[in-house]
Amino acid sequence: MGTFFDKIITLLTSAVAFGTVVMYGSLGEILTEKSGHLNLGVPGIMYMGGIGGLLGSFFYEMYVPSPDPTLCLLIAIGAALVCSVLGGLIYSFLTVTLRANQNVTGLTLTIFGSGLANFFGGSLNKLAGGVGQISVAVTSGAIRATQPLTDNLVKTLSASGSGFVRFLGSVMDVLDRLLFSYGFMVYLALVIAILLSLFMNRTSKGLNLRAVGEDPATADAAGINVTRYKYLSTCIGAAISGLGGLYYVMDYIKGTWANDGSIEALGWLAVALVIFATWKPLRSIWGAYLFGALYWLYNYIPGLSRSSQEIFKMLPYIVTIIVLITVSLRHKREDQPPTSLGMSYFREDR
Amino acid sequence: MEENVKTAAGPERVPAVRMEGITKSFGMKKANINVDLDIYHGEILSLLGENGSGKTTLMNMLSGIYFPDSGSIYVDGKPVSIRSPKDAFDLHIGMIHQHFKLVNVLTAAENVILGLKEGFVLNLKKVRSEVKKICERYGFDVDPDKKVYDMSVSEKQTLEIIKVLYRGADILILDEPTAVLTPQETTRLFEVMRNMKKDGKSIVIITHKLHEVMEISDRVAVLRKGEYVGDIMTDETDPQQLTDMMMGRAVTLNIERSEPKNVRKCLEVSHLSVIDTDGVKKLDDVSFTANGGELLGIAGISGSGQKELLEVIAGLQPAVGGSSVVYTDMDGKTSTLLGRTPMEIKKLGVHLAFVPEDRLGMGLVGNMDIADNMLLRTYQDGGGVFVDMKKSRKLAEEIVQEFDVVTPGISTEVRKLSGGNVQKILVGREIAGNPSLLMSAYAVRGLDINTSYTIYRLMNEQKQRGAAVIYVGEDLDVLLELCDRILVLCAGRVSGIVDGRTATKEQVGLMMTRLSEAEAAK
Amino acid sequence: MIHISKRTDFTLFKGKAEWLNHYVGWGVRLIAVFLSLVVSGLLIFFVTKLNPVKVYGAMIDGVFGTPRLTWAWVRDFTLLLLIAVGLAPAFKMRFWNIGAEGQVLVGGIVAAAFMIHLGSAGIPAALLIIMMAICSMAAGAVWGVVPALFKAKWNTNETLFTLMMNYIAIQLTSFLVPKWEHPKGSNSVGIINPDSNVGWFPKLFEKPISGMTQGAPFTRFLTAGEPVFLNVMIVAAVVLFMFFYLKKSKHGYEIAVVGQSENTARYAAMNVKKIIIRSMTLSGALCGLAGFMAVSGIDHTISTGTAGGRGFTAIIVAWLAKFNPFIMILISGLLVFLEKGSVSIASEFGLSKDVSHIITGIILFFILGSEFFINYEIKFARRARKEA
Repeated sequence: MGTFFDKIITLLTSAVAFGTVVMYGSLGEILTEKSGHLNLGVPGIMYMGGIGGLLGSFFYEMYVPSPDPTLCLLIAIGAALVCSVLGGLIYSFLTVTLRANQNVTGLTLTIFGSGLANFFGGSLNKLAGGVGQISVAVTSGAIRATQPLTDNLVKTLSASGSGFVRFLGSVMDVLDRLLFSYGFMVYLALVIAILLSLFMNRTSKGLNLRAVGEDPATADAAGINVTRYKYLSTCIGAAISGLGGLYYVMDYIKGTWANDGSIEALGWLAVALVIFATWKPLRSIWGAYLFGALYWLYNYIPGLSRSSQEIFKMLPYIVTIIVLITVSLRHKREDQPPTSLGMSYFREDR
Repeated sequence: MEENVKTAAGPERVPAVRMEGITKSFGMKKANINVDLDIYHGEILSLLGENGSGKTTLMNMLSGIYFPDSGSIYVDGKPVSIRSPKDAFDLHIGMIHQHFKLVNVLTAAENVILGLKEGFVLNLKKVRSEVKKICERYGFDVDPDKKVYDMSVSEKQTLEIIKVLYRGADILILDEPTAVLTPQETTRLFEVMRNMKKDGKSIVIITHKLHEVMEISDRVAVLRKGEYVGDIMTDETDPQQLTDMMMGRAVTLNIERSEPKNVRKCLEVSHLSVIDTDGVKKLDDVSFTANGGELLGIAGISGSGQKELLEVIAGLQPAVGGSSVVYTDMDGKTSTLLGRTPMEIKKLGVHLAFVPEDRLGMGLVGNMDIADNMLLRTYQDGGGVFVDMKKSRKLAEEIVQEFDVVTPGISTEVRKLSGGNVQKILVGREIAGNPSLLMSAYAVRGLDINTSYTIYRLMNEQKQRGAAVIYVGEDLDVLLELCDRILVLCAGRVSGIVDGRTATKEQVGLMMTRLSEAEAAK
Repeated sequence: MIHISKRTDFTLFKGKAEWLNHYVGWGVRLIAVFLSLVVSGLLIFFVTKLNPVKVYGAMIDGVFGTPRLTWAWVRDFTLLLLIAVGLAPAFKMRFWNIGAEGQVLVGGIVAAAFMIHLGSAGIPAALLIIMMAICSMAAGAVWGVVPALFKAKWNTNETLFTLMMNYIAIQLTSFLVPKWEHPKGSNSVGIINPDSNVGWFPKLFEKPISGMTQGAPFTRFLTAGEPVFLNVMIVAAVVLFMFFYLKKSKHGYEIAVVGQSENTARYAAMNVKKIIIRSMTLSGALCGLAGFMAVSGIDHTISTGTAGGRGFTAIIVAWLAKFNPFIMILISGLLVFLEKGSVSIASEFGLSKDVSHIITGIILFFILGSEFFINYEIKFARRARKEA
């Protein structure tokens, strides 16, 4: 009984960790797509965010004898943001100003970003004396630090004699592990999702953004600076996606670098999650955790061979396809992609 | 003619807007050539001109959609540069476009506040009450929480006007606003316009309907083929003079019309109804016969179901059950067209030619050259897997020669040609197949007089050849001089079929709006 | 004051040189490639402090230095080319088939399955190869046609659907690799049939050419290319086929019209759904063929990296070439040259081989950006009479 419970809790916590990476990616992409730009460069941008953060903190930790955790954190986040926004800038300059094809530009950005990240990631490995050896322990520690809100309480309760109090203690323990056992970036993702949702639905700028993605000609005629909205949403979107890369590097794989293409796979999953969430940030929260749970499900199903585990990892993609088909079948207005998604806007087109 | 036109404005008035020497071209097409125009405070100005005379383009440069190639714009005497619609709003210029600029998935209130700087947090409550206020003042009826995709055409237009009023525009430009309205709605709109004029606002109404010009405006400015002809006070002129200004000469059309010979039944449409994807009834119980050797005109306010009618016959749209479209060939054999794809219709041996309204979006491929566009109808002909390029080149050469198409060569992409030349190629290709049924929609829209006459001649020739010709037109004078019979559509229903030789313009004009009057009376 | 408008034609040259205007577009693209090489060179300089000219020299040396290297370049770029050519009908139809990666992979899976399970069945070599080719193409076609069916029937977004299909194919491969792994526990399939070479591309001219190993340099060069001949012949045949298919055939004409306007296609009595499904079947089948070639003709193994991102790169190749198979030869040749060259300088100067992706990215960014200057005209209008 206990082990079963434990298993479920570990499944859920690993789902949250996995989901957070994908959630960052998808939140950024939702913001970008709301302006009518389908950015298939999300994997590349997540790569750039990840490597940016890693490089920043690596050099800081290398050159400073006793690195300050808070500063580590700020440097890592700052560097990640700068790098991913750079990716967003390249994309938006090409697709907004130069009106290059969005899909092709996005794919190129993914090639470029993964190349850039793996190039520096590979060189870092060498600098640090071999594959997998580099680590930015202080930064990673700071990012992974959990909130010791309830730890002491749990300990006190569990140590107490009374049966009921001990039961309470174990309930608290479960809650603690489920809700409070993560680094701050897990919560930051939730905050961003809620803020994004509020922004898009409750503010006038959010309304303008939705109009730009739906019908740029109309938005333009209404006096909205279409170009500025497209640039800003793409670049801020890139920054958010980039945080996903940072979270993956610093928290998920604990401050190391792996040239195994997993960020790319996660990036595409983030693109899938945008569809799954039907372009709604709040839906992307539970969607992300569901993706995580589906992905890790194989660990908790007894008697699976190494190869049939892989079939389970297919689930998030299959679920996304099913959602994609359902959305096109039901044709509910509220669930459709932004109408102008993928098309570049030129005012004097006629 | 021009010498007779007096400049209407006195020298002492400073115009609200002055446009000076405006020129704008799109590729090889010149839309406006050196146009001067003044708009004064507190007046209703009609901007009159044929379709394609450059009225909308000129006004789009005021509303910031286009930027002039050369020329200057002054607002209240100060030179301005209007680079975006936002610039236009800042100058209190607002335009209501013919194609509504509304975001479908948003509500009325959201569309109204779109793009306005009224605080960071969306205050829809305030917008709702403001919209209600405007509605009450002018007698509009719009639900602020209704999504645009649920709205009717006239609701959408009302919303557009509310949008511009909400923004406090002083200069309102309305682009053919009555094309989609019932007479009652038109009357109400004109009342609103008069009220706004009383507030000192300037209103420009783009139109080609003379009776509207006479009814609503204080002054008329006329454009012809992109050039400014002149302006005149409405009470100093009459429709005849305005027509002369618009056309450049008195309208003596003299379109040749032969007597129908060997008339035989070709197409019988009965109880045809069409409902579009949004559930709107576009055609309602339409019945008529089109005969070989006869030219049948179709008249009606634009959007009365003309497009749907032709597309159903061509197999491009489905019809509601109970409808029937039956084709009779030369030997009297009948076959039904409804429920068949264009391919199946072709395989029946029906030589159907169709000149659609959307020339580059349906009839031709803009990015292909003239020769490749010739293939569109015949690429399937002949055996084998390859297309017959030789034949299409030959046809292209012939059409270019026969109709004097101005083009560098047959390997020029069609989109680079001017509107008249595009149409010559389309019509040329369609009649090259010796059609037994020829349908055309707005075949002379945007064309110069000479090309228009070429098109009329071709229609007449096809009729003499024995084809059944269906001609959807908007110019009643042309319809009355060209067609043998005229079917009048009103809001998707047939309001009557008249003889082209005996009917009068007034009679047809009345029929075009009669149904809606009858409905309003209910 | 900058004003941008759509360009209808270049009028750089007048009079007798007017014909040159047709080629200005390609000139602009060439300039873009040149600029991107300069930028990449600067980047290399700042990272490594190496003379960029020398680095590019080393790249040329690293790709064309020996016949074996040159043929490796040919082998790799023809594979990329095959995928790009396979994508052309889909993209010309404006069907965004992002799923080439998956279509290649399932083609490869089928080829590998044949080699592994029928390796000792004693099927005649030629028959086996033909069966493999057909079944791989069928698999790729299925992978491509599923999204097309949904697109045709319900207008389901094909970009996202085909993207998802990639990952299903990848997971399918991951599922099969442990089943086929050799040696046990290596989590890789290893070279299949290393001794019997069953299911490998056959050697075409084994005897006549190996007899001339001692001959002139050119003969030696040809000899080194022996393992690649069949690959090159297949791809050359597909390139020719696709050129005529798109340019001259009725199907090609239909694809072009559907790509420009579905309305016009319906007007011209075309069955748009049928055309979408047919073209995607062809596109998927050719990608499947590429997977077959990768497994049977190059790698002789299968892994999740068999497609190796080529499915994505090929999209860019097809797009930049404006779906002209002959121009795709140039672009895929250039991209694979850069990749191979970068890998060689990377090992020479101790850099990570991923530098190739950076340079590829930069070049593609430049070419993509250059399209703007081909399609649009920028006018620097004199400041209209206006207060300062």
